[in-house]
Amino acid sequence: METSFAITGKGYVIVAADTTAARSIVKMKIDEDKIKVLGPHLLMAYSGEPGDTVQFAEYVERNIRLYQIRNTYSLRPSAAASWVRRSLAESLRSRHPYSVNLLLGGYDTSSHDPHLYWIDYLGTISEVPFAAHGYGSYFALSLLDRYHNPEASLEEGLETLKRCIDEVSKRLVVSPGKYKVKVVDKDGVREVEI
Amino acid sequence: MNSLVQRFSTSSSTPLAALHKAAKVVTEEDDDFSDAAWGSEAGFGNIAKGVPSFAVPAVADPTAFLRLHTDDHADPSCRIKIQHGTTTLAFRFKGGVIVAVDSRATAGSYIASGTVKKVIEINPYLLGTMAGGAADCQYWETYLGMHCRLHELRNKERISVSAASKFLSNLVYSYKGMGLSMGTMICGWDKTGPSIFYVDSDGTRLKGDLFSVGSGSTFAYGVLDQGYHWDLTDEEAQELGRRSIYAAGHRDAFSGNTVNLYHVKEHGWEFIGNYDVNKLHYDGPGNVAGSPGHGYGYDIRVEGLSSANPPVAAAA
Repeated sequence: METSFAITGKGYVIVAADTTAARSIVKMKIDEDKIKVLGPHLLMAYSGEPGDTVQFAEYVERNIRLYQIRNTYSLRPSAAASWVRRSLAESLRSRHPYSVNLLLGGYDTSSHDPHLYWIDYLGTISEVPFAAHGYGSYFALSLLDRYHNPEASLEEGLETLKRCIDEVSKRLVVSPGKYKVKVVDKDGVREVEI
Repeated sequence: MNSLVQRFSTSSSTPLAALHKAAKVVTEEDDDFSDAAWGSEAGFGNIAKGVPSFAVPAVADPTAFLRLHTDDHADPSCRIKIQHGTTTLAFRFKGGVIVAVDSRATAGSYIASGTVKKVIEINPYLLGTMAGGAADCQYWETYLGMHCRLHELRNKERISVSAASKFLSNLVYSYKGMGLSMGTMICGWDKTGPSIFYVDSDGTRLKGDLFSVGSGSTFAYGVLDQGYHWDLTDEEAQELGRRSIYAAGHRDAFSGNTVNLYHVKEHGWEFIGNYDVNKLHYDGPGNVAGSPGHGYGYDIRVEGLSSANPPVAAAA
């Protein structure tokens, strides 16, 4: 089962997603990147129905890019999150809705603070200090209630992320093997190794 | 049922008759056996007229009949709803065993009670936890207590945790497929020291250092695993048990209300306390050993902290 986490900290958001692409009981791929870079300060982890996920993620990616080209500046995280949510909400009442769950993390370069949005396929949105999707959330959320620190340095934040990953590996029967981890802060987006 | 009971008793006599017989023999022959050891009849004092037995529905296939009326996975509208939501945990550490449970009973989406005793005090050295069917756990663990007492009388020695848990697991296994629903941890201190056995109605029996059972178990594990190590002090261990049940009470809709905390030591179990989950959230456990001095709630813990990172010039 797919799992993704995201954690905010002092001036950054860490977004992590597992890298397995599974079909039925078979792992088809073990190094799939499920975190899209939507802009210079915006990340999106996506999971859900195979097919829908990539289609929807690319649709979002292209539209956010189009906004940037037309206006010569990019959407702020809160505006991007609202647009993404509305796209999902409109899709939900269509003949074939997208079944995609998202974690949208961004750094607002105007107000100098990190933003994280938890969004599900029903069009629910919630701005949160930490978030998770998939079975991993059952283990990680109580852990983060206990250990998350909004003022943690990046090193401390990655340490907390490691705790989540370790806990899920320890207890979840169908635990994912590897994770891809990306960070967004004032300097932009980058991938980190854990 | 009668044949089952007899299978687990030593002779052809019923357990209760054996209890009376053994009590008579021991009082006559063994004066140095402490009077304090004579307990109650473990809640079975009112059934002296006969051994408990089940009436099976008078239909061709009682198992299918029961499933038709109780299985709320397949049919959420069925008439009989069984208590399912719970969080219980127990772990072993250098200072003994910590047992912590919540106190919420749910029937479907209805909170039937917020003051359930989910730790069953089998005897002064043995505790059982309750998850799954409340009646099943309460009845069979009390019944287990009766047999533990008989074991003491027959053998002039307390039953081991291993033997007690095996008795229960054999018992529930003999009813496999007939609708029993139990997920329990038998915890105690015997000759071998502190021990925990997980026993469920599938017939699974596992020895281990750390277990959590129930719908909120994943949330409890999240906190418990990260804070657990063998060399915890008594205060740290009690705090970890309390904090883990709180986590589940907070995140799991089917768990909550209050936390009951027990500590099993060499001289038997000790009840540590009952804690309101809402109070734990806002104020913490109060003036008790291991208390962090503030509420457990995330918003309370991080009050005043901010992730904003304005550049020094902008901040000035």
